[in-house]
Amino acid sequence: MSSVASLIKPVAQSAAQPDAPAARQAHAVLSNVTRYFDRTGSHERFHALGPIDLTLHQGEFFSVVGPSGCGKSTLLDIFAGLAEPTSGSVSFEGREVKGVPDGVGVVFQEDASFPWMNVRDNIGFGLRMAGTDGAEVKRRVDYALGFMGLKDFASAYPAQLSGGMRQRVCIARTLVQQPRLILLDEPFGALDQQTRLLMGDELLRLWRETSATVLLITHALDEAAMLSDRVGVMSSRPGLFIDIVETGWERERDSRIVSTPRFGEVNARLWEKLRVESLKVMGLADGR
Amino acid sequence: MAADTASVRVSPRRPRLSRADGVRLTVVVVFIALVELLCRTGVIALSVMIAPSAMAAHCVQILRAGTFDHDIAVSLGNIVAAAILSVLLGFAVGVLLHSAPRARAAIEPLLSAYYAVPTFVFYPVFIVILGVGAAPIIAIAVLLAVVSMVTATLNGLDRIPRSLHKTALVLRLSPLQSALRIKLPAALPYLFTGMKLSVAYAFIGVIASEFILSGEGLGYAIGYAYNNFQNRDMYALMFLVLVLVTAINMVLNTIDRRLQARRRR
Repeated sequence: MSSVASLIKPVAQSAAQPDAPAARQAHAVLSNVTRYFDRTGSHERFHALGPIDLTLHQGEFFSVVGPSGCGKSTLLDIFAGLAEPTSGSVSFEGREVKGVPDGVGVVFQEDASFPWMNVRDNIGFGLRMAGTDGAEVKRRVDYALGFMGLKDFASAYPAQLSGGMRQRVCIARTLVQQPRLILLDEPFGALDQQTRLLMGDELLRLWRETSATVLLITHALDEAAMLSDRVGVMSSRPGLFIDIVETGWERERDSRIVSTPRFGEVNARLWEKLRVESLKVMGLADGR
Repeated sequence: MAADTASVRVSPRRPRLSRADGVRLTVVVVFIALVELLCRTGVIALSVMIAPSAMAAHCVQILRAGTFDHDIAVSLGNIVAAAILSVLLGFAVGVLLHSAPRARAAIEPLLSAYYAVPTFVFYPVFIVILGVGAAPIIAIAVLLAVVSMVTATLNGLDRIPRSLHKTALVLRLSPLQSALRIKLPAALPYLFTGMKLSVAYAFIGVIASEFILSGEGLGYAIGYAYNNFQNRDMYALMFLVLVLVTAINMVLNTIDRRLQARRRR
């Protein structure tokens, strides 16, 4: 492993434009997307999101932070094809998104392991349902079990595993599908700090190995600052991007970057923006 | 990840008898022993009740002699038919109501009040419609048992985690694959609770209906023995019903516990 200093490349202090340089290939794109929800028992609608323009570039790690209820998960659902925007368009690999597109994998915050299946069957479920050849399923599942440190627990049921291990099962189930776009909705939200740091390292490792594009929704600024190439800061409802921070990390990086001055700078900048929005959510709109 | 690894539990051993289990067992044993004592000492007259040990001995005797084999077979056949019909019908109605929220909102309060209705008052109606025989007995038992399955199905479908619904979409499963491979197994522990209740209600419905609606079956045989002062037969058959219900419940509870244990987080 290279030294921590070599993981960092010099970058401009400010990069507030939603779109990175045009030379990078667009992978998933939101154009002028809004989302409104109907209020239960009323004809009123509330404005949850947008209008938002956002381009995820091929192979980048993009995180979204924002105050509670700002529409982060809605944004992810729209990228995943799990929710339709009220207006605007979504595309993935140049095609309009209608339903969940092929090549997209999602890991949710809530435990989504199947309690009636052991770890091996959980991980291979999606492949079996897609009609993948048995030998190929076994090969990919064996690899994922090793990669995610689950080899010794292949026959265990989710009820016998800790929260962190169950989340790794869900990540492995997504990984074996070889998605080109991985969407993570606060996947480490229920884990303790040290497990989150280690899971973050594993996530970076799998991101490097798969070259997939990653969108991470998180409420943890340090997690976003550590893992991402770019971090989008969202405003309180309706969710809009108020800043996009380029972290400037090298692709070869791990959790040791948390001890660098640059990490502190990125974190401070994220918090500076987010503090105001969080105070608005708490009803302290002037941000004092 | 060492901490994670360490948190994996070893396979659970068969649990020992808990303190509560011990107390429960003691209460039952003491009660039976007390009844035995009261019967044996003549405090309870032989014409009123025979001792539990005599009930068990006579039950073995009539089973060996095959005296009531036909009645036992008829009752068990009716119970199985009523339980299967209740489970299938209850599940179908539950799924339909779950898929139609407006209909559910209108009907669910009726389901909550359902057990306030004495189902047996409908027996003349069933005789008129279905005639005499197994059909009205099974119909009353189904009427009694079906609602617990409807309620359990609604409860089970409600409790499927949202993340599993979304996972089915992300894995691009067809509606049938999603229903059979995710929703059904996810709801199964709740459905099984409904099945357990349906079997219990089917048992009650069939035995009780046979008292008034039948010329055969365990309920009829108990009633016949009662009317003819055949105390030994009556108590032996009652003992048999209790043993059957207990045995079936124990089997169903064991399966239920295993299903629930696998769901535990």
